[in-house]
Amino acid sequence: MTETVTAPETTESVAEFAARARAWLAENMPRIDPDNPPFSVRADQQSWDRAKELQQRLYAGGFAGICFPREYGGLGLDFAYQKAFNDECRCYEMPLILNTPSFTICAATILDVGSEQQKRDRISAAIRGDEILVQLLSEPSGGSDLAGVITRADRKDDKWIINGAKTWSTSAFAGDYGLMLARTDWTVPKHQGLTMFLVPLNAPGITMRRIKEVNGNEEFCEEFFDGLELGDDAVVGDVNDGWTVASRQLHHERRAVGGGSEFASGTGAENANEMPPDHVRLAELTGQGDDARVQDLAGRALVRRLVKKQLIDHVGAAIANGSLPPNAGTLIRLFHAETTELEVDTALAIAGTAGVVDEGGELAGMLDIGVRYLSRQTGSLGGGSSEMARNVIGERVLGFPREFAADRGVPFNEVKRGRS
Amino acid sequence: MTDLAANPEQLLFASTTRAFLDKEASLAHVRGLHDAGTSFESAWWQRAAELGWASLLVPEELGGGSVSGDGVADLALVAEQIGTSVAPGPLHPVSTVLAALTEAPEGHEDTIEALVSGELVASWAVYEPRRPLSLRDDAEITTTATPTDAGFRIDGVKDRVEAGAEAGALLVLARCDGALRQFVVPTDAAGVTVTAQESVDLVKRYARVEFDGVTVDASAAVGDAAQTPAILERQRQIALVLQCAEIVGILDAVLTMTNQWLTDRHSFGRPLASYQALKHRAADMKMWFEAARGTTAGAVAAVSARAADAPLLVSVAKAYVAERAPVMLQDCVQLHGGIGVTWEHDLHLYLRRVSLYRAMFGSPEDHHRAVYALSRKSDTSS
Repeated sequence: MTETVTAPETTESVAEFAARARAWLAENMPRIDPDNPPFSVRADQQSWDRAKELQQRLYAGGFAGICFPREYGGLGLDFAYQKAFNDECRCYEMPLILNTPSFTICAATILDVGSEQQKRDRISAAIRGDEILVQLLSEPSGGSDLAGVITRADRKDDKWIINGAKTWSTSAFAGDYGLMLARTDWTVPKHQGLTMFLVPLNAPGITMRRIKEVNGNEEFCEEFFDGLELGDDAVVGDVNDGWTVASRQLHHERRAVGGGSEFASGTGAENANEMPPDHVRLAELTGQGDDARVQDLAGRALVRRLVKKQLIDHVGAAIANGSLPPNAGTLIRLFHAETTELEVDTALAIAGTAGVVDEGGELAGMLDIGVRYLSRQTGSLGGGSSEMARNVIGERVLGFPREFAADRGVPFNEVKRGRS
Repeated sequence: MTDLAANPEQLLFASTTRAFLDKEASLAHVRGLHDAGTSFESAWWQRAAELGWASLLVPEELGGGSVSGDGVADLALVAEQIGTSVAPGPLHPVSTVLAALTEAPEGHEDTIEALVSGELVASWAVYEPRRPLSLRDDAEITTTATPTDAGFRIDGVKDRVEAGAEAGALLVLARCDGALRQFVVPTDAAGVTVTAQESVDLVKRYARVEFDGVTVDASAAVGDAAQTPAILERQRQIALVLQCAEIVGILDAVLTMTNQWLTDRHSFGRPLASYQALKHRAADMKMWFEAARGTTAGAVAAVSARAADAPLLVSVAKAYVAERAPVMLQDCVQLHGGIGVTWEHDLHLYLRRVSLYRAMFGSPEDHHRAVYALSRKSDTSS
């Protein structure tokens, strides 16, 4: 396993780098209002085409892959340079949707455990803006039990033959390669018989379709594998050691969600829908700005949002100084879910009927609040449910006894499975 | 606190404070004081003052100073340590008075010195009977200060004055010539009547104070009318930061106690901590605790730096911490089972202090509205 943070290979100070970035950004990247970011939706192919184009500009200007090693197309600088760049690029259009999962999870994991060839090919193509990396992990038969995958990879001559299905793959339709977890040995306990593959998503034997969510969003995909053939060069890490690779992905995902990844470039909101509801504006617009009850409700949501920011800073500092374990990042994830629920509920309460019936005029946009409410739980489900997060906090942060697992230590082909 | 006690001086200060509290202000001491009907012993407070507790907000040229050079952070650290054993003492009233006097020290040097040494205890007389806390020039403040030839005559009634019966001086908020002013009034002045008010806490006491034609010298005034709003805001910030830091210490102690209980206690042949329903509640409380710590640290840093967003961040911290803490305390009682509602168990000592602080200096609901008002203002000004 290589270290993800490499020694800086520059004599340029952070301040000098920031000044050079400032000048370059002004010349080369489109200016935006960070409080009102341009419309970019992950479900649209054109958002990804645009992101690749912006990434290519960054690469041409020498500001792409700031914390990736130079031999794989990056700049080999430490996090301080990326943070300085993040401050500078706030008011410019950035390819933010490439951050997660492509850079912060997939490229970061390949850097940790991939083969030399995989690093040279895939990381550099992503940094150049030529390719996008995605994850194919969850399966229709199991939600939070990630290691219980039943997609199979069978050895046939010098090939691996893949059969099975994956689901909830973030932005997979836009991806060029996917990290795909499959079972290669059914005679050992579940974590020990897994292998991670790097799959070209345009290969024959893969059928992909979009999942439509209640709010109409079609960002997530499901994939069906029907005799997909892969060579040994597609194996990431070692055969039957796929859980190690998946664990690195989860580690990088937790860091990325908390805003702590050095591989993310730019930290703004991807689109207006990601921005928290503006409770003050909502109250004023509905004529309730002087209502004490509404002020209490809205003030509570405003407080929670600020506390979330403070918690991120606090947990980051506490993990860094060792007073909280690295798994404490899960506190942020759970707080984010809880805060999102409160923010969405509060917006709906203030909107009143305008959130569920299009009353037109000034209130016309408010139906979005009702639609957003319908998919409120996505923040408490995506990337592992809040219930799993509470287990992690209970067991890995507080050190409470682990949950009983009927499949622990049992060969996977003897573990009971559901009917579906 | 985790985020603040980063330097060796603060760590040493924290451990000295802890050792003193363990030796002279443990839960057993608190119960003993309560049984004896005593709020705190003045000799004990002087020993605490010798450790520097009353000097942290005071600049060196006025006889004060702090170990780290960041007096607000050091004061929050003391408050957090006090919280872990809900120690007695007039740290809050003395600190809020000093927060005012150090903003306009002219003529008050002797009072400051006496407060720093612990010889004098003073308190902030700011609430009025049956009225909510108000620091603005509105109808809620009816106590008056009338200019006389030699100074001022003060008339009115204040209440919920912490340690009012134990204090030698009060800082009184009054209306004077159409503006708010504050005055240092000795409690033994003619016309001052102090009546003790009990609180839900085991040792914290409050008082109702009547001012009936009390005359003071012109030098009793703290700052002028123009300075007063900023001084009041500074005092509000110090009061709220102290409450939040102390509650963080309380939560730290109570969660440690509860998680240990969940681990040790067995039912149906397994530790309580192995039940997912209980584990999840402990996980939520850990999250809320770290959030309380984070927002308190944010408020402390802003107040210390006199940042522009300090008024907002103290209200954010008080709103969050005081909303969550009572819920957490009651949940800890529930997780302890029947023992949690006994006098013998220590949980109620903590629950008492948290309930007290939830209401004093603004409830979470009051602070939600304050945050709304501040957000609304920044919205229209941009």
